[in-house]
Amino acid sequence: MGTSHESAGKTLFEKIWESHVVAREPERPAVLYVDLHLIHEVTSPQAFAGLEKRGLKVRRPDRTVATMDHSTPTLRRADGSLPIVDEQSAAQLEKLRANCEAFGIELFALGDPRNGIVHVVGPEQGLTQPGMTIVCGDSHTSTHGAFGALAFGIGTSQVEHVLASQCLLQRRPKTFRVTLDGQLAAGVTAKDLVLALIARIGTGGATGHVLEYAGSAIRDLDMEGRMTVCNMSIEAGAKAGLIAPDEKTFAWLEGRPRAPKGEAWAAAVERWRQLPSDEGAVFDRELAIDASALEPRLTWGTNPGMGVGIGEAVPDPSSVGDAQEKAALEKALRYMELAPGKPLLGQKIDVVFIGSCTNSRMSDLRDAARIFEGRKVPAGMRALVVPGSHEVKKQAEAEGLDRIFREAGAEWREPGCSMCIAMNGDQLSPGQYAVSTSNRNFEGRQGKGGRTFLASPPTAAAAAVTGRITDPRTLLG
Amino acid sequence: MEPFEKLESRVVPLVADNVDTDQIIPARFLKVTDKEGLGERLFADWRYEADGSPKPDFVLNQPRHQGAQVLLAGANFGSGSSREHAPWALVDWGFKAIVARSFADIFQGNALKNGLLPIPVDAEAHAALAAALEADPAATVSIDVAAQTLTLPGGEVVEFPLDPFSKHCLLQGVDELGYLLGFEDAIAAHEARRA
Ligand code: SF4
Repeated sequence: MGTSHESAGKTLFEKIWESHVVAREPERPAVLYVDLHLIHEVTSPQAFAGLEKRGLKVRRPDRTVATMDHSTPTLRRADGSLPIVDEQSAAQLEKLRANCEAFGIELFALGDPRNGIVHVVGPEQGLTQPGMTIVCGDSHTSTHGAFGALAFGIGTSQVEHVLASQCLLQRRPKTFRVTLDGQLAAGVTAKDLVLALIARIGTGGATGHVLEYAGSAIRDLDMEGRMTVCNMSIEAGAKAGLIAPDEKTFAWLEGRPRAPKGEAWAAAVERWRQLPSDEGAVFDRELAIDASALEPRLTWGTNPGMGVGIGEAVPDPSSVGDAQEKAALEKALRYMELAPGKPLLGQKIDVVFIGSCTNSRMSDLRDAARIFEGRKVPAGMRALVVPGSHEVKKQAEAEGLDRIFREAGAEWREPGCSMCIAMNGDQLSPGQYAVSTSNRNFEGRQGKGGRTFLASPPTAAAAAVTGRITDPRTLLG
Repeated sequence: MEPFEKLESRVVPLVADNVDTDQIIPARFLKVTDKEGLGERLFADWRYEADGSPKPDFVLNQPRHQGAQVLLAGANFGSGSSREHAPWALVDWGFKAIVARSFADIFQGNALKNGLLPIPVDAEAHAALAAALEADPAATVSIDVAAQTLTLPGGEVVEFPLDPFSKHCLLQGVDELGYLLGFEDAIAAHEARRA
């Protein structure tokens, strides 16, 4: 639209935004059309209740898809049953089923072969496509940005708005391009890239902005790695994360159940090729990071920005001048019960969790299996591997990865959010230390009193087979 | 929603940075299918002992803070999960406004949708309010939504940003869905164009 950016070309974000603005009144947020609305059991019940109260229908059930993931059980009993841990979870899942039935919404229910974590199944089914606007009542909706879709998390009131009107009121965010050039070293993954970015700019570093990830390190990532990067955008405070679609994107999507077919496919690809930011397009902010200099990373504290390279020491608050920052470091170290100024290598670990919408896809599981293979989880240590979807589980089993995990002594679970959010009974006990491939290390996130180190699948696997924080590069032979 | 024009209230200080929604309302309390009663779970892990008894030194448990309708927080308040349970829990406890150095995006939007006013202030005003509360925990602030001002205990008047649409919704007590539904024709036209 008529801004100074016009002559300089448009960014990917601007192209998607402008083609989805339905209306805009002066001094009011834009009315933005939503192409795909994903829902799950935790953030939808009050939205459906709101619709019922007003006597409204779901405007486009055909653009709405539901899955069950947050509070679903992952532990199958010996008798083959998969019991739901508590009555409240069961009630919430039943509520979603009843709402989907009443409003005519397709549901990937527990047991459905398409079931899994919402941000894993959307792309997997080909529902997620370049150029779309996608929302979900879940902050990690930014994951879908890996396909060049403008995707972001919304609250329950907005879930209600989208159900009723297929639109949202949105203020136009700013744009922020992060260019990551250089080749990643062996044992360094997409997760390390994004953890490095968050540590660099902080958890509020991209507030109010849509991040676009560019550069050779991003182009070189496979689609699953790109999803990992976009997934964590929200942990830098960004509204969304975007990666321009390219041949890899199209190849990954082609033939998926909901992807366009035949002539429609060719036409879609033609359209999608127009999406990448134009040469000379202007971003509100820019940052460049040398990806070749990165090493595997870990968080040591209680937000995803509190991270270090695996060989580095935990910060020492006594060397920090700013009083507030110092207090924050001290608080985090106290919660984590870590000594300031000491390296994390060698830190004893109780639990390893490999899973979540950040790192539960095939390439993640393959990376982890490479380290588990031929090794054992030490006695007293617990390792959980939780695939992101039934589809992933099936494929991993076809490749024999489940056998590698089991033989190493890790638990191979049913798909779901599991210990990422600890709503389903999979959780840490107070005081336990975990290396986790999920996205949040907040106090109590993985169970009250639990302490989380966020890391990549190889780093988590290395901790699982040694019982300590270990540089995965020492185990890759 | 009730219209929100003016408010005079005592203030609960909770001046930590990056207070995330997992602290505001831990995930295990998200299994409800309605909004009522979440105030009891507000800051649950900071507020209660393992046996469920209240921790006497936590601010929300102190008798002098009961009935206060304004929270003083640090920077980047409400980061983390998009759960709207966080503003529901704050509203259910009785808060009507939060003064902070800054807010996480999603939280800020969710708060406004529930009639909870986020008031971002600069470091100076923030420090002045924190100091005033330290000196007199019963000190009050007043908020004028129409004028977009926060009056500190010492009488200093601080302006705060509030987008015109949210301001309109707060003052009138109306919500966004009604506004959105008014665009039915434009929405249908957009769908026809892109079908
Ligand atoms: S895996 Fe974790 S972050 Fe992802 S959708 Fe589930 S709870 Fe949210």
